[in-house]
Amino acid sequence: MIKQRLIVQKIWFSLLKVAAWVNGLALAVIVYFILSRGWRAVSWGFLTQAPKDSMTAGGILPCIVGTIALCLMTILVALPIGVASAIYLNEYAGHGKFIRFIRLGINNLAGVPSIVFGLFGLAFFCIVLKMGVSIASGGLTLGIMTLPVIIGASEEALKSVPNTYREASLAMGATKWQTIRRVVLPTAFPGIITGSILGISRAAGETAPIMYTGAVFFTPDLPASILDEVMALPYHIYVLATAGTQIEATRHLQYGTALVLIVLIFGMNLSAIIMRSKMRKKLRI
Amino acid sequence: MQRHIKMHTKNLDFFYGDFQALHEISIDFIQHQVTALIGPSGCGKSTYLRCLNRMNDLISRIRIKGEAMLDTQDIYDPSVDVVTLRRRVGMVFQKPNPFPKSIFENIAYGLKVNGVKDKANITAIVEKSLKQAAIWDEVRDRLNESALGLSGGQQQRLCIARALAVGPEVLLMDEPASALDPIATQKIEELITELSSKLTIIIVTHNMQQAARVSDRTAFFYMGKLIEVNDTDTLFTKPKLKQTEDYITGRFG
Repeated sequence: MIKQRLIVQKIWFSLLKVAAWVNGLALAVIVYFILSRGWRAVSWGFLTQAPKDSMTAGGILPCIVGTIALCLMTILVALPIGVASAIYLNEYAGHGKFIRFIRLGINNLAGVPSIVFGLFGLAFFCIVLKMGVSIASGGLTLGIMTLPVIIGASEEALKSVPNTYREASLAMGATKWQTIRRVVLPTAFPGIITGSILGISRAAGETAPIMYTGAVFFTPDLPASILDEVMALPYHIYVLATAGTQIEATRHLQYGTALVLIVLIFGMNLSAIIMRSKMRKKLRI
Repeated sequence: MQRHIKMHTKNLDFFYGDFQALHEISIDFIQHQVTALIGPSGCGKSTYLRCLNRMNDLISRIRIKGEAMLDTQDIYDPSVDVVTLRRRVGMVFQKPNPFPKSIFENIAYGLKVNGVKDKANITAIVEKSLKQAAIWDEVRDRLNESALGLSGGQQQRLCIARALAVGPEVLLMDEPASALDPIATQKIEELITELSSKLTIIIVTHNMQQAARVSDRTAFFYMGKLIEVNDTDTLFTKPKLKQTEDYITGRFG
């Protein structure tokens, strides 16, 4: 009888273990796949030149710069608004009807498909606000799309700050704002930053929201202002793989671009993790 | 000796929504004395303590009736600035709760939020507060290290130092030693006795021996009512009511 229970336990544990391993395996397969097909395309010239010969040769510098510019714009839009919303919702707002309505809105925003964000961005930022296809329009679109992620991560981080910190601060004659500014936010900061970077690195790889709003098929020029259009890594892959002049002949360029994109995203995620552990060590949480 | 009443409540009622948690509590807190609030869990002693620095304001749907005075100031008067009140009536909590900052920053915090900018002044007060809380010798060489690296007992004395730094006249302590080992508890108790020469202390405790050891007066709470309040010696040796006697002799609670 006891033996049977132990066997059942063993079977379940093994299944759970397999489920967890599938994640790692999926990542490993993707990375191997991209790496094995793309590494030959990546060279110094590939990273520092513009595409040539109808994008069948040359590099992807405008795409790298464009994606970084879109990311920065996204951070600029989403981080302040997202963190401010999270502070308001977690520290000030109660549970009234209006607040529940706002939360419902945020949850639904998270569920909107990315192509719908793209169409909205085109209609609103590019056309109504007359910003055209630009870093500004693309970054705003990506920013709005990333907001729910940043709000979620920031709220989690704020919730994890023990209430006793707030009480201790208030009991010493600090105002609520001083308490938030000097105790709650610094304690929650590592979590907020990590969650936000993860959200933004997700946005960096998005194609649909920027294909009408920020990214163009081809431009050899690097952007000079936020009202300029750019090339972007994910859109470049899409273009080469579906609408290029020589789809088969540029496969290695497609995989090379994909490799650069995932390295960029892994780099962001890694820096988020390193920053978090450094800040935690400093706070000794 | 003239006994000055530093703080008192008269017929204080307290409600969480429709539930009345405190019924007509009247206690005088004499200056430079330690008053212990004892009673079984849920008797309202912590709720009462939190009425005295208006920490209960943080909870929604509460209602309060009756009088609560600090010297001649009604602390629930609409003109009262809660922030100023809390500076005058400090608080130490059940679990040590230092901020995830350096030891120095923990103590300096209260000064900074209250607008003290002069660095030399802050440094001086930090040292003085740590000495008052009998922890200076243990931390003088590591003021810039995180407060979270201290032991539980040290953390609690640090929290006491932190509360002292803003110069309170009354110190509320909510079971300050209940999370600590016996040696750390003893240190906190010695500290309480020492501090009472300068401060008025009100301490909630579950531990009757502790109440007997540290307090001058003791108030016994039961089911939201004040059953008996008297000099500690009298209350513990000749309680007026059977209920009090049953509790302090351990027959219930």
